Amino acid sequence: MNFLALIGRVVLGFLGHIGRLTIFAGTAISHCVRPPLYPRLIGQQMIDIGYYSLPVVGLTAIFSGMVLALQSYTGFARFSAESAVANVVVLSITRELGPVLAGLMVAGRIGASMAAEIGTMRVTEQIDALTTLSTNPFKYLVVPRLVACVLMLPLLVLVADIIGVFGGYLVGVYKLGFNAGVYINSTVDFLEPLDVISGLVKASVFGFLIALMGCYNGYYSKGGAQGVGAATTNAVVSASILILTSNYLITELFFAS
Amino acid sequence: MIMTTPPKIHLKDVRKAFGDKQVLNGVDLDIAPAESVVIIGGSGTGKSVLIKCILGILTADSGTIEVDGTDVTHTPAGSRVAVNKKFGMLFQSAALFDSLPVWENVAFGLIQGEQMNRDEARHRAIETLAKVGLAPEVGDLSPSELSGGMQKRVGLARAIAGNPEIVFFDEPTTGLDPIMADVINDLIITCVKDKGITALSITHDMHSARKIGDRIAMIYEGRLIWVGKAKDVDTAGNAFVDQFVHGRAEGPIKMQLRR
Repeated sequence: MNFLALIGRVVLGFLGHIGRLTIFAGTAISHCVRPPLYPRLIGQQMIDIGYYSLPVVGLTAIFSGMVLALQSYTGFARFSAESAVANVVVLSITRELGPVLAGLMVAGRIGASMAAEIGTMRVTEQIDALTTLSTNPFKYLVVPRLVACVLMLPLLVLVADIIGVFGGYLVGVYKLGFNAGVYINSTVDFLEPLDVISGLVKASVFGFLIALMGCYNGYYSKGGAQGVGAATTNAVVSASILILTSNYLITELFFAS
Repeated sequence: MIMTTPPKIHLKDVRKAFGDKQVLNGVDLDIAPAESVVIIGGSGTGKSVLIKCILGILTADSGTIEVDGTDVTHTPAGSRVAVNKKFGMLFQSAALFDSLPVWENVAFGLIQGEQMNRDEARHRAIETLAKVGLAPEVGDLSPSELSGGMQKRVGLARAIAGNPEIVFFDEPTTGLDPIMADVINDLIITCVKDKGITALSITHDMHSARKIGDRIAMIYEGRLIWVGKAKDVDTAGNAFVDQFVHGRAEGPIKMQLRR
């Protein structure tokens, strides 16, 4: 009986969590389209999310492109298909690795920071203080982060795509001995606009999920330092899982047929 | 106390529970314009919850909360901007925004709430800081660079910067040395009582309660069990009040040492 009660509690708790998250997302989205907005705060968040994430996203992308070229070459050599390396690199980077790796890196860097900052504001009564100063916490804290993340992730992914492909080019040309012109031609000829567009759409969705989970977990954190720590962990883990899950769904939407 | 003027704040049978725990269990209180009421009571008796219900940070389960005759009991925080403009609040921990310099903390309500020009708001912030005894240079510091007493003063400056009609003080002297606590008490009297602002404070500090309050109310188990003039608190003739005022372990109030 106790075991059944435990299962019931867990299920009810989970459903409550989903409901609260849905209401939070709905409220946040509705505030995104209703004035007043805070352009100054949105700008600050865009710099923090976009500009300051460039090094980590760039490094991830270049090494991923390099490894991809190397692995594809050694694998494809078994079937005498080495010439497909450039195609595989550009498709993998633009469709999958660029958005997913950038999303995961930003989830770790920005999602955690959002949850920690908003969570600390919650436990130190700063969010209550916003309310007493006639400022809606959703508009002031959540909307700028959400808007900035949705706008900046595609730009970051675009940069990651270019750097990733360049990483593959470096390995392909300088280590594996491909002709530079042939490598670039294979890359450009094989690439279609949909490959890049699907990656950018994914990036926007990932940006929304990262900001949503960071803000949500921070906003409802409680219990002092331990609560803020738990909120930070939950923000990164839940955003990462949602990124991987939605990645499959979006891929199916674009390419299943 | 019989009021001849309509109350600034009117509380009638206000109740609030968290799960099974009934925190407010029927609070009735009227606060007249320009009056300073102090609520005393032990930890966990519902003092902060009561203030948060009036401010709209929490929603009361039942009862009536009126501000200037307007029922705000069930108006959510996001929809009560006009009412909240009448309020100022000094939080127990000061709750300063650590991402902003001191002057911007003080001017926050002016910039975000009243859309005041930043230069003008900064000027007003520096003026308000002077009222609480802080030099203009403090305005450029970060809240983390301030001592506890200075943070309270900045919190007080932020609370009064928008010329509110009602100010709430949550434990204004907690965590301060006796001298700084008295400085804060004097500032509260100067900035609030002398300007005719209505004030509702909660505190454990009896010296502070006697000094800043016109009336004192004691909350116990979610109800106000005694309300009277501040000068009468030592001769209240109520065993609960006597025990609390004199800080005795023995008496009708039993501290919960374990859950």
